[in-house]
Amino acid sequence: MAKRSIIPFGPQHPVLPEPVHLDLVLEDETVVGAIPSIGYIHRGLEKLVEKKDFKQYVYVAERVCGICSCGHGMGYCEAVEQVMEIEVPARARYLRTIWMEMSRVHSHLLWLGLLADAMGFESLFMESWRLREKILDMFDATTGGRIIFSVNCVGGTLKDMDRDMLAGICRAADEIEQEIHPVMETFLRDYSVQSRLKGLGVLKKDDAVLLGAVGPMLRASGEAYDVRMLGYEAYGDLDVEPVTAQDGDCYSRCRVRLYEILQSLRLIRQAAEKIPDGEIAVPVKGNPKGEYFARIEQPRGEAIYYVKGNGTKNLDRFRLRTPTTSNIPPMVELLKGCQLADVPLIILTIDPCISCTER
Amino acid sequence: MGKMSRSPWLLHYDASSCNGCDIEVLDCLTPKYDIERFGIINTGDPFQADILLITGGVNSQTEPVVKQLYSQMPSPKVVVAVGICACTGGVFKECYNIRGGIDTVIPVDVYVPGCAARPESIIDGVVKAVQILDQKRAAQNQEA
Repeated sequence: MAKRSIIPFGPQHPVLPEPVHLDLVLEDETVVGAIPSIGYIHRGLEKLVEKKDFKQYVYVAERVCGICSCGHGMGYCEAVEQVMEIEVPARARYLRTIWMEMSRVHSHLLWLGLLADAMGFESLFMESWRLREKILDMFDATTGGRIIFSVNCVGGTLKDMDRDMLAGICRAADEIEQEIHPVMETFLRDYSVQSRLKGLGVLKKDDAVLLGAVGPMLRASGEAYDVRMLGYEAYGDLDVEPVTAQDGDCYSRCRVRLYEILQSLRLIRQAAEKIPDGEIAVPVKGNPKGEYFARIEQPRGEAIYYVKGNGTKNLDRFRLRTPTTSNIPPMVELLKGCQLADVPLIILTIDPCISCTER
Repeated sequence: MGKMSRSPWLLHYDASSCNGCDIEVLDCLTPKYDIERFGIINTGDPFQADILLITGGVNSQTEPVVKQLYSQMPSPKVVVAVGICACTGGVFKECYNIRGGIDTVIPVDVYVPGCAARPESIIDGVVKAVQILDQKRAAQNQEA
């Protein structure tokens, strides 16, 4: 038997923008086990509901994570609205959907860039992030923020979009759709990308379901599961079809995310076309009493928001189950048996968001 | 801004930030902002870095990591706190696991506020850091 050794991976590592630590148990170059240890970004946000009132907490919820910021605010607001039985105006639901889908495009383009960077494909990284700037410019134009833009509030949205802004968003979506084609061609057909991604880190459909994978990770293994199918916000009026792939390897996960970008661009245009006129928020009176689970589809997968109110302005409990939390067990399974050089790629293809996971 | 005297290398570490400032730091490297035109390169290696960019408030688990990274960097070195959390603790200040700003752990030279800090202000902060680096180097040479 080969000699076993343990290599520490992280918390500060060039491939990771965020700190996570793994102890990789190696036999020669092959990984036989991976022990994750987390807690580097734990801030204790859930406890903060005791200090901030339920309306202020929207801003904290948005800062759970800088990439999925819009979604966290939306999920939290939706849970509180359900507890308080608030009917959100149709226009606000559409606006939330548009911003949410824009977030998905920006998150997936960001991930594609990081994947290219991890492979050492520098020009592809730059190209993906150049495309992403178009979305960030539209966030800037419609909300005033690039990354964290605080548009959700309990009862609706804080900002409205006029006709010009919606047209601008559609124009940006068209531009991205045109310009993403060479990027997609490279990711899906380039020889060196294929040799790096194909057949690496295969997660079978049964295992994915058993280990509780969510989001693109689950869909890349062939399971057509997407929370947007439930039709929350405005998704009920739009054509949402889960994007799936069959092989469950790193290449499939990349493919699913690429096609999800196209799907999101389509949804943005559809929502911009169908958006009704009217109010963007309803006044909120009283305090939440009761509990509710809200589920939304974040760029990384299904996120669950639990809210429990006791009739005062501070909530009793807020609990968040993020997609990366559920994707860590399958990731640890995938790492077993792979080569040391492939570890960063496998970690990246689950699209880890550590600040969501640890809050 | 005058001529840059050196090509400083950056080390970026996330000490419990929400990711917002981190992706803006990475954004500085990409075509739109392109920090490399100032000769600035993002490195993953503390032993070769001149400027430490830190985002987020410090918690009990990242505190030793931050201290270690700082001590591994060669002197003279400059620390830039990016984002309001790194400056004071920001929105997370009242959380039970947050120490406060980076200056509670290591000395900070430049503070870049904002939530999330915009790439323009991050670049501005780094350019200021280069000037401080020059001053520190001059002082070090005088002593030697």
